[in-house]
Amino acid sequence: MSDVIRAGNVCDNEEVENRERGIVICRCEEVTLGEIRDWIERGYDTFDELKRLLRVGMGPCQGRGCREMILREISRMTGRPVAEIPAGTIRPPVKPVKLGILASGGRE
Amino acid sequence: MMEWKDTAEVVVVGGGVQGMSVAYNLAKFGVKDVVVLEKGSICSGSTGRCGAGIRAQWGTEMNCRLGLASLNLFEQLEEELGMDVGLNQCGYLMVAYKESEFETLKKSMALQNSLGIKTRVVSREEALEICPGLSADDAVGFTFHERDGHADPFLTTFAYQEAAKRLGVTVHKFTEVTGIRVQGDRIAGVETSKGFISTRAVVNCAGPYAQFIAAMAGVKIPNYSERHEIIITEPVEFGVCPPMLMSFSGNYYIQQRPHGSIIGGCSPEGHPEDFENRGTADFLEHMSRTFVKVLPRTKGIRVVRQWSGMYNMTPDKQPELGETDVKGFYLSTGYSGHGFMFAPISGQLIAEIYTKGTTSIDISMLHYKRFERGELILEPAVV
Repeated sequence: MSDVIRAGNVCDNEEVENRERGIVICRCEEVTLGEIRDWIERGYDTFDELKRLLRVGMGPCQGRGCREMILREISRMTGRPVAEIPAGTIRPPVKPVKLGILASGGRE
Repeated sequence: MMEWKDTAEVVVVGGGVQGMSVAYNLAKFGVKDVVVLEKGSICSGSTGRCGAGIRAQWGTEMNCRLGLASLNLFEQLEEELGMDVGLNQCGYLMVAYKESEFETLKKSMALQNSLGIKTRVVSREEALEICPGLSADDAVGFTFHERDGHADPFLTTFAYQEAAKRLGVTVHKFTEVTGIRVQGDRIAGVETSKGFISTRAVVNCAGPYAQFIAAMAGVKIPNYSERHEIIITEPVEFGVCPPMLMSFSGNYYIQQRPHGSIIGGCSPEGHPEDFENRGTADFLEHMSRTFVKVLPRTKGIRVVRQWSGMYNMTPDKQPELGETDVKGFYLSTGYSGHGFMFAPISGQLIAEIYTKGTTSIDISMLHYKRFERGELILEPAVV
Protein backbone atom coordinates (compact mmCIF):
# COMPACT_ATOMS: atom_id res chain seq x y z
CA MET A 1 0.00 0.00 0.00
CA SER A 2 1.37 3.43 -0.92
CA ASP A 3 2.00 6.26 1.52
CA VAL A 4 -0.83 8.27 0.03
CA ILE A 5 -3.46 5.62 0.66
CA ARG A 6 -2.22 4.85 4.15
CA ALA A 7 -2.27 8.56 4.83
CA GLY A 8 -6.06 8.38 4.61
CA ASN A 9 -5.97 6.99 8.12
CA VAL A 10 -3.07 8.73 9.79
CA CYS A 11 -1.24 11.55 8.06
CA ASP A 12 1.75 12.76 9.99
CA ASN A 13 4.15 12.92 7.10
CA GLU A 14 4.56 16.47 5.81
CA GLU A 15 5.59 15.41 2.33
CA VAL A 16 2.54 13.17 1.96
CA GLU A 17 0.30 15.85 3.42
CA ASN A 18 1.56 18.39 0.88
CA ARG A 19 1.16 15.95 -1.99
CA GLU A 20 -2.42 15.17 -0.94
CA ARG A 21 -3.43 18.82 -0.69
CA GLY A 22 -3.69 19.15 -4.45
CA ILE A 23 -6.05 16.20 -4.92
CA VAL A 24 -9.37 17.38 -6.40
CA ILE A 25 -12.16 16.00 -4.19
CA CYS A 26 -15.18 17.78 -5.72
CA ARG A 27 -14.77 17.44 -9.46
CA CYS A 28 -17.84 19.52 -10.38
CA GLU A 29 -16.56 22.59 -8.54
CA GLU A 30 -12.83 21.72 -8.57
CA VAL A 31 -12.29 21.87 -4.82
CA THR A 32 -9.09 20.35 -3.45
CA LEU A 33 -8.43 18.31 -0.33
CA GLY A 34 -6.15 21.10 0.91
CA GLU A 35 -8.96 23.68 0.85
CA ILE A 36 -11.32 21.26 2.57
CA ARG A 37 -8.78 20.48 5.31
CA ASP A 38 -8.07 24.17 5.92
CA TRP A 39 -11.75 24.94 6.51
CA ILE A 40 -12.42 21.86 8.67
CA GLU A 41 -9.48 23.08 10.76
CA ARG A 42 -11.25 26.42 11.18
CA GLY A 43 -14.42 24.78 12.51
CA TYR A 44 -16.42 24.14 9.33
CA ASP A 45 -16.86 20.53 10.30
CA THR A 46 -20.19 19.51 8.77
CA PHE A 47 -20.80 18.59 5.13
CA ASP A 48 -23.39 21.35 4.75
CA GLU A 49 -21.12 24.10 6.03
CA LEU A 50 -18.35 23.03 3.64
CA LYS A 51 -20.93 22.90 0.86
CA ARG A 52 -22.12 26.43 1.62
CA LEU A 53 -18.58 27.75 1.78
CA LEU A 54 -16.83 25.87 -1.03
CA ARG A 55 -19.79 24.71 -3.16
CA VAL A 56 -18.77 21.05 -2.79
CA GLY A 57 -21.75 18.92 -3.76
CA MET A 58 -23.60 21.77 -5.48
CA GLY A 59 -22.61 20.81 -9.02
CA PRO A 60 -24.31 18.48 -11.49
CA CYS A 61 -23.37 15.33 -9.53
CA GLN A 62 -24.92 16.76 -6.33
CA GLY A 63 -22.26 15.28 -4.08
CA ARG A 64 -22.31 11.74 -5.41
CA GLY A 65 -18.58 11.96 -6.03
CA CYS A 66 -17.38 13.82 -2.96
CA ARG A 67 -19.79 13.40 -0.04
CA GLU A 68 -18.34 10.17 1.35
CA MET A 69 -14.75 11.37 0.99
CA ILE A 70 -15.50 14.65 2.74
CA LEU A 71 -17.37 12.94 5.58
CA ARG A 72 -14.39 10.63 6.08
CA GLU A 73 -12.04 13.60 6.12
CA ILE A 74 -14.18 15.39 8.74
CA SER A 75 -14.20 12.18 10.78
CA ARG A 76 -10.45 11.80 10.52
CA MET A 77 -9.76 15.37 11.59
CA THR A 78 -12.33 15.69 14.37
CA GLY A 79 -12.06 12.16 15.74
CA ARG A 80 -15.83 11.63 15.52
CA PRO A 81 -17.24 8.56 13.80
CA VAL A 82 -18.72 9.20 10.32
CA ALA A 83 -22.17 8.17 11.57
CA GLU A 84 -22.19 11.10 14.01
CA ILE A 85 -21.37 13.75 11.40
CA PRO A 86 -24.41 15.42 9.81
CA ALA A 87 -24.28 14.12 6.23
CA GLY A 88 -26.25 16.96 4.65
CA THR A 89 -29.50 16.93 2.72
CA ILE A 90 -29.87 15.34 -0.70
CA ARG A 91 -32.35 17.39 -2.73
CA PRO A 92 -34.54 16.66 -5.74
CA PRO A 93 -34.44 16.24 -8.67
CA VAL A 94 -32.37 13.06 -8.41
CA LYS A 95 -30.64 13.90 -11.66
CA PRO A 96 -30.50 17.12 -13.68
CA VAL A 97 -33.59 17.66 -15.88
CA LYS A 98 -34.00 20.23 -18.68
CA LEU A 99 -36.28 23.19 -17.91
CA GLY A 100 -38.03 22.65 -21.26
CA ILE A 101 -38.98 19.09 -20.32
CA LEU A 102 -40.26 20.12 -16.89
CA ALA A 103 -42.17 23.06 -18.40
CA SER A 104 -44.03 20.84 -20.83
CA GLY A 105 -45.05 18.35 -18.16
CA GLY A 106 -42.56 15.70 -19.24
CA ARG A 107 -42.82 16.08 -23.04
CA GLU A 108 -39.84 17.53 -24.86
CA MET B 1 -15.28 23.34 19.62
CA MET B 2 -15.44 26.67 21.39
CA GLU B 3 -15.16 26.77 25.16
CA TRP B 4 -18.46 27.11 27.05
CA LYS B 5 -18.77 30.19 29.21
CA ASP B 6 -21.73 30.58 31.52
CA THR B 7 -21.89 34.35 31.34
CA ALA B 8 -22.06 36.75 28.41
CA GLU B 9 -22.69 40.44 27.96
CA VAL B 10 -24.95 39.80 24.97
CA VAL B 11 -26.42 36.54 23.66
CA VAL B 12 -27.47 36.53 20.00
CA VAL B 13 -30.03 33.88 19.10
CA GLY B 14 -29.57 32.62 15.53
CA GLY B 15 -26.55 31.76 13.39
CA GLY B 16 -27.81 33.20 10.12
CA VAL B 17 -26.72 36.42 8.48
CA GLN B 18 -28.73 38.58 10.90
CA GLY B 19 -27.19 36.98 13.97
CA MET B 20 -23.67 37.13 12.57
CA SER B 21 -24.03 40.75 11.45
CA VAL B 22 -25.41 41.73 14.87
CA ALA B 23 -22.58 39.87 16.66
CA TYR B 24 -19.91 41.37 14.42
CA ASN B 25 -21.26 44.91 14.78
CA LEU B 26 -21.60 44.63 18.57
CA ALA B 27 -17.96 43.52 18.79
CA LYS B 28 -16.91 46.26 16.39
CA PHE B 29 -18.67 48.79 18.64
CA GLY B 30 -16.58 47.50 21.54
CA VAL B 31 -18.93 45.05 23.26
CA LYS B 32 -17.01 42.19 24.90
CA ASP B 33 -18.33 38.69 25.52
CA VAL B 34 -20.83 38.33 22.69
CA VAL B 35 -22.11 34.76 22.26
CA VAL B 36 -24.03 33.49 19.22
CA LEU B 37 -26.28 30.44 19.65
CA GLU B 38 -27.45 28.41 16.64
CA LYS B 39 -29.58 25.30 16.96
CA GLY B 40 -28.31 23.75 13.71
CA SER B 41 -25.21 24.37 11.62
CA ILE B 42 -24.22 27.91 10.64
CA CYS B 43 -26.36 29.40 7.88
CA SER B 44 -28.78 26.43 7.92
CA GLY B 45 -32.00 28.45 8.24
CA SER B 46 -33.55 31.11 6.04
CA THR B 47 -30.28 32.85 5.08
CA GLY B 48 -28.81 29.81 3.37
CA ARG B 49 -32.07 29.20 1.52
CA CYS B 50 -32.73 32.71 0.26
CA GLY B 51 -32.76 34.14 -3.26
CA ALA B 52 -29.63 36.25 -2.62
CA GLY B 53 -31.02 39.48 -4.09
CA ILE B 54 -30.12 42.90 -2.69
CA ARG B 55 -31.99 46.04 -3.74
CA ALA B 56 -32.97 49.58 -2.96
CA GLN B 57 -36.06 49.54 -5.25
CA TRP B 58 -38.67 49.52 -2.50
CA GLY B 59 -42.14 50.94 -2.08
CA THR B 60 -41.89 52.46 1.42
CA GLU B 61 -39.51 55.14 2.60
CA MET B 62 -38.34 52.96 5.49
CA ASN B 63 -37.37 50.04 3.25
CA CYS B 64 -35.75 52.37 0.71
CA ARG B 65 -33.58 53.85 3.46
CA LEU B 66 -32.65 50.41 4.86
CA GLY B 67 -32.04 49.03 1.35
CA LEU B 68 -29.82 51.94 0.32
CA ALA B 69 -27.85 51.88 3.59
CA SER B 70 -27.28 48.15 3.14
CA LEU B 71 -26.17 48.61 -0.48
CA ASN B 72 -23.64 51.19 0.71
CA LEU B 73 -22.34 48.68 3.27
CA PHE B 74 -22.33 45.74 0.83
CA GLU B 75 -20.14 47.78 -1.52
CA GLN B 76 -17.38 47.90 1.10
CA LEU B 77 -18.07 44.63 2.90
CA GLU B 78 -15.32 42.53 1.33
CA GLU B 79 -12.74 45.09 2.40
CA GLU B 80 -14.20 45.47 5.88
CA LEU B 81 -14.60 41.76 6.64
CA GLY B 82 -11.55 40.52 4.75
CA MET B 83 -13.42 37.88 2.77
CA ASP B 84 -15.20 37.73 -0.58
CA VAL B 85 -18.99 38.08 -0.22
CA GLY B 86 -19.83 37.38 -3.87
CA LEU B 87 -21.21 40.86 -4.56
CA ASN B 88 -22.51 41.32 -8.10
CA GLN B 89 -24.24 44.63 -8.83
CA CYS B 90 -25.99 43.62 -12.00
CA GLY B 91 -29.10 45.71 -11.34
CA TYR B 92 -32.72 44.73 -10.75
CA LEU B 93 -34.91 44.94 -13.84
CA MET B 94 -38.51 45.23 -12.65
CA VAL B 95 -41.10 44.05 -15.18
CA ALA B 96 -44.71 45.33 -15.09
CA TYR B 97 -47.42 43.44 -16.95
CA LYS B 98 -50.32 45.73 -16.03
CA GLU B 99 -50.74 49.49 -16.37
CA SER B 100 -51.68 49.78 -12.69
CA GLU B 101 -48.56 47.86 -11.75
CA PHE B 102 -46.39 50.13 -13.89
CA GLU B 103 -47.98 53.17 -12.18
CA THR B 104 -47.06 51.69 -8.78
CA LEU B 105 -43.48 51.09 -9.95
CA LYS B 106 -43.24 54.68 -11.16
CA LYS B 107 -44.64 55.99 -7.87
CA SER B 108 -42.06 53.93 -5.99
CA MET B 109 -39.39 55.24 -8.37
CA ALA B 110 -40.29 58.86 -7.52
CA LEU B 111 -39.93 58.01 -3.82
CA GLN B 112 -36.63 56.22 -4.48
CA ASN B 113 -35.28 59.13 -6.54
CA SER B 114 -36.16 61.58 -3.75
CA LEU B 115 -33.96 59.50 -1.41
CA GLY B 116 -30.97 59.35 -3.77
CA ILE B 117 -31.73 55.96 -5.34
CA LYS B 118 -31.21 56.38 -9.07
CA THR B 119 -33.91 54.08 -10.38
CA ARG B 120 -35.15 54.91 -13.89
CA VAL B 121 -37.79 53.80 -16.35
CA VAL B 122 -36.24 51.93 -19.28
CA SER B 123 -37.77 51.35 -22.70
CA ARG B 124 -38.44 47.88 -24.08
CA GLU B 125 -35.38 48.28 -26.34
CA GLU B 126 -33.15 49.12 -23.40
CA ALA B 127 -34.67 46.33 -21.31
CA LEU B 128 -33.64 43.94 -24.08
CA GLU B 129 -30.13 45.40 -24.05
CA ILE B 130 -29.93 44.89 -20.28
CA CYS B 131 -31.33 41.38 -20.59
CA PRO B 132 -30.85 40.00 -24.12
CA GLY B 133 -33.22 37.12 -24.80
CA LEU B 134 -35.92 38.40 -22.46
CA SER B 135 -39.35 37.59 -23.85
CA ALA B 136 -41.55 40.42 -22.69
CA ASP B 137 -43.99 41.25 -25.50
CA ASP B 138 -46.75 41.21 -22.88
CA ALA B 139 -44.92 43.61 -20.52
CA VAL B 140 -46.08 47.24 -20.34
CA GLY B 141 -43.07 48.84 -18.64
CA PHE B 142 -39.76 48.40 -16.84
CA THR B 143 -37.73 50.12 -14.14
CA PHE B 144 -34.04 49.53 -13.48
CA HIS B 145 -31.59 50.37 -10.69
CA GLU B 146 -28.05 49.46 -11.56
CA ARG B 147 -26.65 49.34 -8.01
CA ASP B 148 -29.08 46.56 -7.04
CA GLY B 149 -27.98 42.98 -7.60
CA HIS B 150 -27.03 40.05 -5.43
CA ALA B 151 -24.42 38.73 -3.05
CA ASP B 152 -23.61 35.25 -1.77
CA PRO B 153 -25.64 34.65 1.41
CA PHE B 154 -23.33 31.86 2.57
CA LEU B 155 -20.10 33.76 2.03
CA THR B 156 -21.58 36.90 3.57
CA THR B 157 -22.62 35.02 6.71
CA PHE B 158 -19.27 33.24 7.00
CA ALA B 159 -17.40 36.49 6.36
CA TYR B 160 -19.30 38.09 9.25
CA GLN B 161 -18.63 35.03 11.38
CA GLU B 162 -14.89 35.01 10.69
CA ALA B 163 -14.59 38.75 11.34
CA ALA B 164 -16.70 38.42 14.52
CA LYS B 165 -14.51 35.58 15.81
CA ARG B 166 -11.39 37.66 15.21
CA LEU B 167 -12.99 40.32 17.46
CA GLY B 168 -13.58 37.75 20.20
CA VAL B 169 -17.17 36.64 19.53
CA THR B 170 -17.99 33.07 20.60
CA VAL B 171 -20.21 30.95 18.31
CA HIS B 172 -21.93 27.80 19.53
CA LYS B 173 -23.63 25.75 16.84
CA PHE B 174 -25.92 22.78 17.54
CA THR B 175 -26.97 24.66 20.66
CA GLU B 176 -30.71 25.24 20.96
CA VAL B 177 -32.28 27.94 23.08
CA THR B 178 -34.90 26.26 25.27
CA GLY B 179 -35.90 29.17 27.50
CA ILE B 180 -35.23 32.79 28.38
CA ARG B 181 -35.11 33.86 32.01
CA VAL B 182 -36.63 37.25 32.83
CA GLN B 183 -36.35 38.82 36.28
CA GLY B 184 -38.71 41.69 36.96
CA ASP B 185 -38.80 43.55 33.69
CA ARG B 186 -35.39 42.58 32.39
CA ILE B 187 -33.42 39.73 30.83
CA ALA B 188 -31.48 37.54 33.27
CA GLY B 189 -30.28 34.63 31.19
CA VAL B 190 -30.73 32.05 28.46
CA GLU B 191 -31.40 28.34 28.92
CA THR B 192 -29.94 26.14 26.20
CA SER B 193 -29.56 22.48 25.33
CA LYS B 194 -25.92 22.80 26.50
CA GLY B 195 -26.53 24.71 29.72
CA PHE B 196 -27.45 28.10 31.19
CA ILE B 197 -25.85 31.42 30.23
CA SER B 198 -26.28 34.37 32.53
CA THR B 199 -26.74 37.60 30.54
CA ARG B 200 -28.56 40.92 30.66
CA ALA B 201 -29.09 41.22 26.92
CA VAL B 202 -30.52 38.94 24.23
CA VAL B 203 -30.94 39.77 20.54
CA ASN B 204 -33.57 37.72 18.74
CA CYS B 205 -32.26 36.89 15.24
CA ALA B 206 -34.07 33.56 15.03
CA GLY B 207 -35.57 34.13 11.57
CA PRO B 208 -38.47 31.70 11.03
CA TYR B 209 -38.58 30.87 14.76
CA ALA B 210 -38.53 34.51 15.94
CA GLN B 211 -42.05 34.37 17.40
CA PHE B 212 -41.16 31.37 19.58
CA ILE B 213 -37.97 32.96 20.93
CA ALA B 214 -39.90 36.19 21.62
CA ALA B 215 -42.59 34.23 23.49
CA MET B 216 -39.89 32.70 25.72
CA ALA B 217 -39.14 36.24 26.92
CA GLY B 218 -42.85 37.00 27.31
CA VAL B 219 -42.90 39.24 24.22
CA LYS B 220 -45.73 38.72 21.76
CA ILE B 221 -45.10 39.42 18.08
CA PRO B 222 -47.63 38.62 15.33
CA ASN B 223 -45.07 36.92 13.05
CA TYR B 224 -45.67 33.72 11.12
CA SER B 225 -43.50 31.73 8.73
CA GLU B 226 -44.28 30.94 5.10
CA ARG B 227 -42.56 28.33 3.01
CA HIS B 228 -41.17 29.68 -0.29
CA GLU B 229 -39.63 27.48 -2.96
CA ILE B 230 -36.76 27.96 -5.37
CA ILE B 231 -34.81 26.13 -8.11
CA ILE B 232 -31.27 26.36 -9.44
CA THR B 233 -29.79 25.19 -12.74
CA GLU B 234 -26.45 23.79 -13.74
CA PRO B 235 -23.83 26.48 -14.35
CA VAL B 236 -23.90 27.82 -17.91
CA GLU B 237 -22.01 30.56 -19.71
CA PHE B 238 -22.62 33.98 -18.18
CA GLY B 239 -25.06 36.29 -19.93
CA VAL B 240 -28.24 34.17 -19.98
CA CYS B 241 -29.89 36.48 -17.44
CA PRO B 242 -27.50 39.34 -16.60
CA PRO B 243 -29.77 41.38 -14.26
CA MET B 244 -32.05 40.21 -11.47
CA LEU B 245 -35.38 39.96 -13.28
CA MET B 246 -38.34 40.56 -11.02
CA SER B 247 -42.07 41.00 -11.42
CA PHE B 248 -44.75 41.32 -8.78
CA SER B 249 -47.73 40.47 -11.01
CA GLY B 250 -45.64 38.04 -13.09
CA ASN B 251 -44.73 36.60 -9.71
CA TYR B 252 -41.10 35.67 -10.26
CA TYR B 253 -37.50 36.55 -9.65
CA ILE B 254 -34.75 35.06 -11.79
CA GLN B 255 -31.02 35.76 -11.71
CA GLN B 256 -27.79 34.20 -12.85
CA ARG B 257 -25.07 33.84 -10.23
CA PRO B 258 -21.55 34.94 -11.23
CA HIS B 259 -20.75 31.26 -10.96
CA GLY B 260 -23.10 30.50 -13.89
CA SER B 261 -26.07 28.81 -12.21
CA ILE B 262 -29.46 30.42 -12.70
CA ILE B 263 -31.72 30.66 -9.69
CA GLY B 264 -35.44 31.42 -9.66
CA GLY B 265 -38.40 31.57 -7.33
CA CYS B 266 -42.04 32.64 -7.26
CA SER B 267 -45.32 32.31 -5.41
CA PRO B 268 -47.44 29.82 -7.37
CA GLU B 269 -50.40 29.14 -5.09
CA GLY B 270 -49.89 30.76 -1.75
CA HIS B 271 -47.42 29.42 0.75
CA PRO B 272 -47.91 26.71 3.33
CA GLU B 273 -47.51 28.07 6.84
CA ASP B 274 -45.37 25.27 8.19
CA PHE B 275 -41.77 24.66 9.10
CA GLU B 276 -40.96 21.93 6.60
CA ASN B 277 -38.21 22.99 4.27
CA ARG B 278 -39.11 20.69 1.41
CA GLY B 279 -39.71 21.14 -2.29
CA THR B 280 -42.77 20.13 -4.29
CA ALA B 281 -43.18 18.75 -7.81
CA ASP B 282 -45.91 21.34 -8.52
CA PHE B 283 -43.52 24.18 -7.88
CA LEU B 284 -40.79 22.61 -10.01
CA GLU B 285 -43.14 22.42 -12.98
CA HIS B 286 -44.65 25.87 -12.40
CA MET B 287 -41.27 27.60 -12.06
CA SER B 288 -39.88 25.79 -15.10
CA ARG B 289 -42.81 27.12 -17.15
CA THR B 290 -42.06 30.65 -15.92
CA PHE B 291 -38.37 30.29 -16.87
CA VAL B 292 -39.16 29.09 -20.39
CA LYS B 293 -41.81 31.80 -20.89
CA VAL B 294 -39.66 34.71 -19.68
CA LEU B 295 -36.31 33.42 -20.99
CA PRO B 296 -37.09 30.95 -23.80
CA ARG B 297 -33.44 30.11 -24.34
CA THR B 298 -33.23 28.45 -20.94
CA LYS B 299 -35.29 25.46 -22.15
CA GLY B 300 -32.23 23.29 -22.74
CA ILE B 301 -30.62 24.15 -19.37
CA ARG B 302 -30.93 21.57 -16.63
CA VAL B 303 -32.32 22.05 -13.13
CA VAL B 304 -29.93 20.50 -10.62
CA ARG B 305 -31.65 21.24 -7.35
CA GLN B 306 -34.77 22.57 -5.69
CA TRP B 307 -35.32 23.55 -2.08
CA SER B 308 -37.38 25.82 0.10
CA GLY B 309 -36.96 28.22 2.97
CA MET B 310 -39.10 30.34 5.20
CA TYR B 311 -40.07 33.99 5.10
CA ASN B 312 -40.79 35.24 8.61
CA MET B 313 -43.76 37.47 7.86
CA THR B 314 -45.23 40.44 9.72
CA PRO B 315 -48.65 41.99 9.00
CA ASP B 316 -47.07 44.88 7.04
CA LYS B 317 -44.11 42.91 5.61
CA GLN B 318 -41.59 45.12 7.38
CA PRO B 319 -39.32 44.04 10.22
CA GLU B 320 -39.41 44.61 13.96
CA LEU B 321 -36.16 46.28 14.93
CA GLY B 322 -35.21 47.58 18.37
CA GLU B 323 -35.62 46.97 22.10
CA THR B 324 -38.82 45.63 23.64
CA ASP B 325 -40.72 46.27 26.87
CA VAL B 326 -38.57 43.53 28.42
CA LYS B 327 -35.35 45.44 29.09
CA GLY B 328 -32.36 43.91 27.37
CA PHE B 329 -34.51 41.96 24.88
CA TYR B 330 -33.97 43.16 21.32
CA LEU B 331 -35.66 42.17 18.07
CA SER B 332 -34.17 41.96 14.59
CA THR B 333 -37.03 39.90 13.20
CA GLY B 334 -39.87 39.66 10.69
CA TYR B 335 -37.96 40.61 7.56
CA SER B 336 -40.66 39.00 5.40
CA GLY B 337 -38.19 37.55 2.90
CA HIS B 338 -35.59 40.34 2.98
CA GLY B 339 -33.46 39.60 6.01
CA PHE B 340 -30.38 38.87 3.97
CA MET B 341 -30.30 42.13 2.05
CA PHE B 342 -30.98 44.24 5.16
CA ALA B 343 -28.49 42.41 7.42
CA PRO B 344 -25.54 44.79 7.00
CA ILE B 345 -27.57 47.79 8.19
CA SER B 346 -29.74 46.01 10.78
CA GLY B 347 -26.68 44.58 12.55
CA GLN B 348 -25.22 48.07 12.72
CA LEU B 349 -28.50 49.57 13.98
CA ILE B 350 -28.82 46.99 16.78
CA ALA B 351 -25.22 47.75 17.82
CA GLU B 352 -26.00 51.48 17.81
CA ILE B 353 -29.12 51.00 19.94
CA TYR B 354 -27.27 48.77 22.40
CA THR B 355 -24.17 50.92 22.80
CA LYS B 356 -25.54 54.45 22.32
CA GLY B 357 -29.30 54.29 22.60
CA THR B 358 -29.66 56.26 19.37
CA THR B 359 -29.55 55.22 15.72
CA SER B 360 -28.16 56.74 12.53
CA ILE B 361 -31.47 56.04 10.76
CA ASP B 362 -34.77 56.80 12.51
CA ILE B 363 -36.31 53.36 12.96
CA SER B 364 -38.92 54.26 15.60
CA MET B 365 -41.67 53.22 13.16
CA LEU B 366 -40.27 49.66 13.14
CA HIS B 367 -41.13 49.27 16.82
CA TYR B 368 -42.97 45.99 17.43
CA LYS B 369 -45.88 47.70 19.19
CA ARG B 370 -46.96 49.34 15.90
CA PHE B 371 -49.22 46.38 15.19
CA GLU B 372 -51.13 46.87 18.47
CA ARG B 373 -51.43 50.57 17.71
CA GLY B 374 -52.58 49.89 14.16
CA GLU B 375 -49.67 51.88 12.68
CA LEU B 376 -48.85 49.57 9.81
CA ILE B 377 -46.52 50.69 7.02
CA LEU B 378 -47.51 48.33 4.24
CA GLU B 379 -44.79 47.37 1.76
CA PRO B 380 -46.25 46.69 -1.71
CA ALA B 381 -43.01 45.47 -3.33
CA VAL B 382 -42.66 41.87 -2.17
CA VAL B 383 -42.42 38.62 -4.19
